[in-house]
Amino acid sequence: MPIRRDKRDRYVEVEVGVPPEPLWVRCEACGELVFRRKLQENQYICPRCGAYFFLSARERIASLADPDSFQEFSTPSICEDPLGFSDQLPYKERVHRARQETGLFEAVLAGSARIGGIPVILAAMDFRFIGGSMGVGVGEILRTAMELAAQERKPFVLVVSSGGARVQEGVLSLLQMVKVVAAREALAQAAVPYIAILTYPSTGGVLASIGSIADVTIAEEGALIGFAGPRVIEQTTGERLPPGFQTAKFAQEHGMVDAVVPRAKLREELLRALSVLVEGG
Amino acid sequence: MTDEEHLRILEEKAAELRRLAQENGLDLSAELAILEQKIAELKRTVCEGLSAWGRVQLARRPDRPSGLSFAQALCDAFYELRGDRAISDDPALRGGVAKLAGKRIAILFHQRGMTPEEQRQARFGMASAQGYWKAKRIMEIAARLKLPLLTLINTPGAYPGVQAEAHNIAGAIACCIWQMLRHPGPTVAVILGEGGSGGAVALAAADRVLMLENATYSVISPEGAASILWKDAKFAPQAAENLKLTARDLWALGVVDEVIPEPPGGAHTDLQKTVAAVREAVIHHFSELSRLSLDELLRLRYNRYRHVGSAGAPN
Ligand SMILES: [Zn+2]
Repeated sequence: MPIRRDKRDRYVEVEVGVPPEPLWVRCEACGELVFRRKLQENQYICPRCGAYFFLSARERIASLADPDSFQEFSTPSICEDPLGFSDQLPYKERVHRARQETGLFEAVLAGSARIGGIPVILAAMDFRFIGGSMGVGVGEILRTAMELAAQERKPFVLVVSSGGARVQEGVLSLLQMVKVVAAREALAQAAVPYIAILTYPSTGGVLASIGSIADVTIAEEGALIGFAGPRVIEQTTGERLPPGFQTAKFAQEHGMVDAVVPRAKLREELLRALSVLVEGG
Repeated sequence: MTDEEHLRILEEKAAELRRLAQENGLDLSAELAILEQKIAELKRTVCEGLSAWGRVQLARRPDRPSGLSFAQALCDAFYELRGDRAISDDPALRGGVAKLAGKRIAILFHQRGMTPEEQRQARFGMASAQGYWKAKRIMEIAARLKLPLLTLINTPGAYPGVQAEAHNIAGAIACCIWQMLRHPGPTVAVILGEGGSGGAVALAAADRVLMLENATYSVISPEGAASILWKDAKFAPQAAENLKLTARDLWALGVVDEVIPEPPGGAHTDLQKTVAAVREAVIHHFSELSRLSLDELLRLRYNRYRHVGSAGAPN
């Protein structure tokens, strides 16, 4: 789903349909019908108005890693549907559909890669997979990735795109917050640097755990960064949200991120940070 | 007639008997004793038969004993520490240093407030960024002084507000989890009432997690889950059932180490009894943990959380 900000600075999500992917995509920000290939070439930024569309985990990794350097980790063994959860759709069915639609096992894709020749462990979340939410699967993939990064002394790079904890796995999702922070401590013990890249959206339980405690935190322009969603805040408190609330710029002004970078400059920024953080880099 | 209605009628009868006995100087103690026994039995069945949603209601009762009343009753002495040293002091999350059974500990607890004024100030126990930054500060003091850490959890969730975001509430929660995981000493968390999502887990990354019988612990409120997944908050009771948020469900899942029984009818009916049960459980777990070396403590803590939900995990 592409996203845009409307005139009042709010985000609007736009359905563009599931595979087979349409040749043309409408940019809801400016109304332009954009040729998908053209959009791809432009890193999923509207060539006419500059609105940001979601990047899938694979596209994100392709945009950051050296060509052909990414080697995906094998999928973890986890309890599927640990609570036997069912709402309007059985949770198992939701996961099944998400897997078919995204071609991913879970809402995060992780592996080893090189960035400008520097070996790293790289993980990217995918918002299309049940809102990029973190349940046991995401927790396991992130834990394994961080433990390997600690063991092999390779920097860990995580691209966050997540609405938060996965509701359908209940408290077990909540405890993944503890799990990933525990693995983050393993990185610290091994003195291995961790870089987080916050994109649209970085919210809820993912921001309130692994998203907020990197050594270096870079926000992509167009990111949404916040603990509670704008709607929840308005409904709970009746407060009016100030203009630019929870944008990358807001996060920077409030001291939460080290840099705000346009998508096209993200790899360059990451490489600049890495080459300073890594011995001999 | 439902058990609840039956219970109400019996309680009215008992009250009338007591009044009669007093007004007329009659000895009705034998009749009263029988009635009271029936009431106690009925309360027990009502509690045991409670649905997940019923327990959510019980956990949220405004007269459920507050964190402060627990802290004061549990500890021999309590010296409160205030403020996060950067922004302000949050009345919704409090703590300090204390003596428990003669031993020094650090204690943190949510405070929902007992009076309407207190409740308003404490936002019904929804702590803001300042609360979690203060909690982190107290955890760091505990680490420096090598004090065991006790947390008492009762919150609908962390506060969703503009100022909370501006003060990086997400970062504060993440830092609390991190600090608890690094804590160089035993940590015990007790969920007293509502264990609402990130605001609860911030204080729950402990070596032992205990829950009162009617407490709940959940990734999201049943109403929230219902409106997201069922698109209708009316499905909250169903969501509560699905979320497996009761103490017993979580004990069965291996998330909780011990379910602490409440007096018949719930914790609000007898603070002293509830406190005594919590105190005994907390002291028991601290004394077990105190026998472990620091290395072993940290290793067990890491293993507890690194395996949550993975296939073949102990839970
Ligand atoms: Zn456009």
